Amino acid sequence: MSTTTAAVPPSARARARTTGRKGNGRNGPREGFLPRTAAMLVMGVFTVYFLTPIWWLLVASTKSRGDLTTTNALWFSDIQLGENIAAVASYGGGVLPRWLLNSVLYAGVGALVATVLAGMCGYALAKYVFPGRELVFNVVLGGVLVPATALALPLFLLFSQVSATNTFWSVFLPSIVSPFGVYLARIFAASAVPEELLEAARLDGSGEVRTFFTVSVRLMFPALVTVFLFQFVAIWNNFFLPLIMLRDESLFPVTLGLYTWNTQVNQVPELRLYVLTGALLSIVPLIIVFLLLQRFWRTGLGSGALK
Amino acid sequence: MRITTRAVSVALLAPLALAACSSSDPGDGGEGGSTDAGACQPADGPVELDFTSWIPGIEGVVDVWNEENPDIQVSVQTGPNGNGGTYQNFFNQLEAGNAPDLGQIEYDALPNFRVQDGLENIGVCEDVAAAQDQFVDWTWAQASLGEEGALYGVPQDTGPMAMFYRSDLFEENGIEVPTTWDEFATAAEQVRETGGYITNFSQADINQFAGFVWQANGSWFTNDGEAWTVDLDSAESTEVAAYWDDLIERDLVSTYPGWTTEWDNAYNSGEVWTWNSAVWGANSIATGAPDTAGNWSVAPSPQWSEGEQSAGNWGGSTIAVLKGSEHLYEASQFALWLNTSEEALTMLNEEANLYPATTAGLELPVLSEGVEFYGDQAIYDVFAEASGQVSADFVWGPTMTQVYNDVSDGFAGAISGSGTLPDALTAAESSTVSALEAQAIPVAE
Repeated sequence: MSTTTAAVPPSARARARTTGRKGNGRNGPREGFLPRTAAMLVMGVFTVYFLTPIWWLLVASTKSRGDLTTTNALWFSDIQLGENIAAVASYGGGVLPRWLLNSVLYAGVGALVATVLAGMCGYALAKYVFPGRELVFNVVLGGVLVPATALALPLFLLFSQVSATNTFWSVFLPSIVSPFGVYLARIFAASAVPEELLEAARLDGSGEVRTFFTVSVRLMFPALVTVFLFQFVAIWNNFFLPLIMLRDESLFPVTLGLYTWNTQVNQVPELRLYVLTGALLSIVPLIIVFLLLQRFWRTGLGSGALK
Repeated sequence: MRITTRAVSVALLAPLALAACSSSDPGDGGEGGSTDAGACQPADGPVELDFTSWIPGIEGVVDVWNEENPDIQVSVQTGPNGNGGTYQNFFNQLEAGNAPDLGQIEYDALPNFRVQDGLENIGVCEDVAAAQDQFVDWTWAQASLGEEGALYGVPQDTGPMAMFYRSDLFEENGIEVPTTWDEFATAAEQVRETGGYITNFSQADINQFAGFVWQANGSWFTNDGEAWTVDLDSAESTEVAAYWDDLIERDLVSTYPGWTTEWDNAYNSGEVWTWNSAVWGANSIATGAPDTAGNWSVAPSPQWSEGEQSAGNWGGSTIAVLKGSEHLYEASQFALWLNTSEEALTMLNEEANLYPATTAGLELPVLSEGVEFYGDQAIYDVFAEASGQVSADFVWGPTMTQVYNDVSDGFAGAISGSGTLPDALTAAESSTVSALEAQAIPVAE
């Protein structure tokens, strides 16, 4: 429908209705008024749906404790974001900055190591033929199907055996495994890294490891960024594993720390505001990572679609 | 096809491996623990204890102990509250054999830990047994779980209930402050005529409802040492439910979900006039309804019959020694100090508003002062009296999380118009019996 109407100039009536938005659709393929409006409407609704909670969070964290319940939840009253941030950062001996740092360590370093491991594993599965290759790959695929939550308790019992619960490693080590990353890296490497290029590298005397890090990694870059982003978000939001593993407050990631505060709101009412402000601070690193890496990510998704 | 069958077998293997781990672990922990822990003997050298709690500011209190007791060093770890994850963590740790020596456990969760054999009986320690008369009677009953000579946790704090009310609104409108539940219902009609609600019935705060049943001398469970009797729909319980059902039916009470912004706002705007709540609620109102400062007072809970003096309880916890601890003596010494010494009780009250479980604690200097938010009324006097009026006969069951969920679901249904509160209790009664049977916990016919 839309393709046939696209070539037809808008009727006088349609133009009269759209006079407020003159000059729309001058470039690119032109859609009919209705489909365009419908699409905009759907997107608009979803944008509002996704952004409202963030907006609410932003507004709520600028308020004082009294204003929080008494004033309009979606608009500012007296803005005191600075004071709130200062108060939340110093509460409990300044433990929140520590939690944020922990999260950055768990998620940043964890995702980086996970990406390297998944990239190497996926590349090996795609480019080398060896007995049991399909078996290994299928086991990894099985790993994709097992939710991380289901593994938390067995992991706790395993770490208990070696007395390693309540340590940095008890959260870090399980985080550097990404079966989905292996899957993605294999699929991507199979199509993005030409066999001929590897042959050429071998002829020039480059070792396999060197070839991987100098040639293949560059070709696989979009997929690796995708793996990194997925894993970063997964570790950042992974709440259940730290909940089960960690007892020492100074090891908590920010998600668990804020949750802990939130369960104490009845006893220490000012925590309600601190949880909100802390939540706002805790999404900032995620937003930064996304903004920095989305360029690569788009390329990754696009090239995957074409091949 | 091949992929899916393999994946499934991997997924199936995981729980098997888990089962294998879990069946081997408690054996080690249990044997090692029980031989050492049967007696309550001091250790030869210095001792280190692990303690898990979720009381904000507990670290400072523990520091005081550590300074005074170089030979019994306690390291404290804080986490989310009990039902928020700490209980589950305790169970996981008991399974893995690395549970902390001491843990905070609320009264309503103690039977669950007892049934799963997760607690040491500190009643065998002489000092603990000797401390019984320092505690408010009913707290000891809650922590001994009805077993003679036993104690499964040192009572820490309590939540005796009274009625917070807007003294200014009652006065302005010439409505008398109710002293019985009958008067409360009459007052509810008068309040409704002014456009407000006398109180809010929160469908999710089943603990509050349990407090009402407690006040009416009902009990939800009994345990004769061999089997459990479930009594969610006992005569008292049903009577209390029918009372509230009537008020809800006639639109005389509001039904906002508790602890939400709407709920705060209902109190802050003066729409809702009273709250029958525990002592720690004093703080919740002050935070949730800042605009009403100075207009609140506290009176004893309305009674079921005139002249009666009975109070319910909502919340409170114990410090328990978890199974497998090798330092029963030292752990119980610390738990006693934490919950009986004036020093510790004052700090716990100042840091986290804990309301003590000892009779001496109820008379702490900090608890005899007037509170500004309540028009300088010495509100804690009312609660101290209420604490002495709480029945010692209320018993919690071993599956309270399930009970709360089921009753709450039923209440939510009743509030939105399907069924009644008593119906919800009857339904929860049968689901609780099946839940107990599913866990192979004996239920009396």
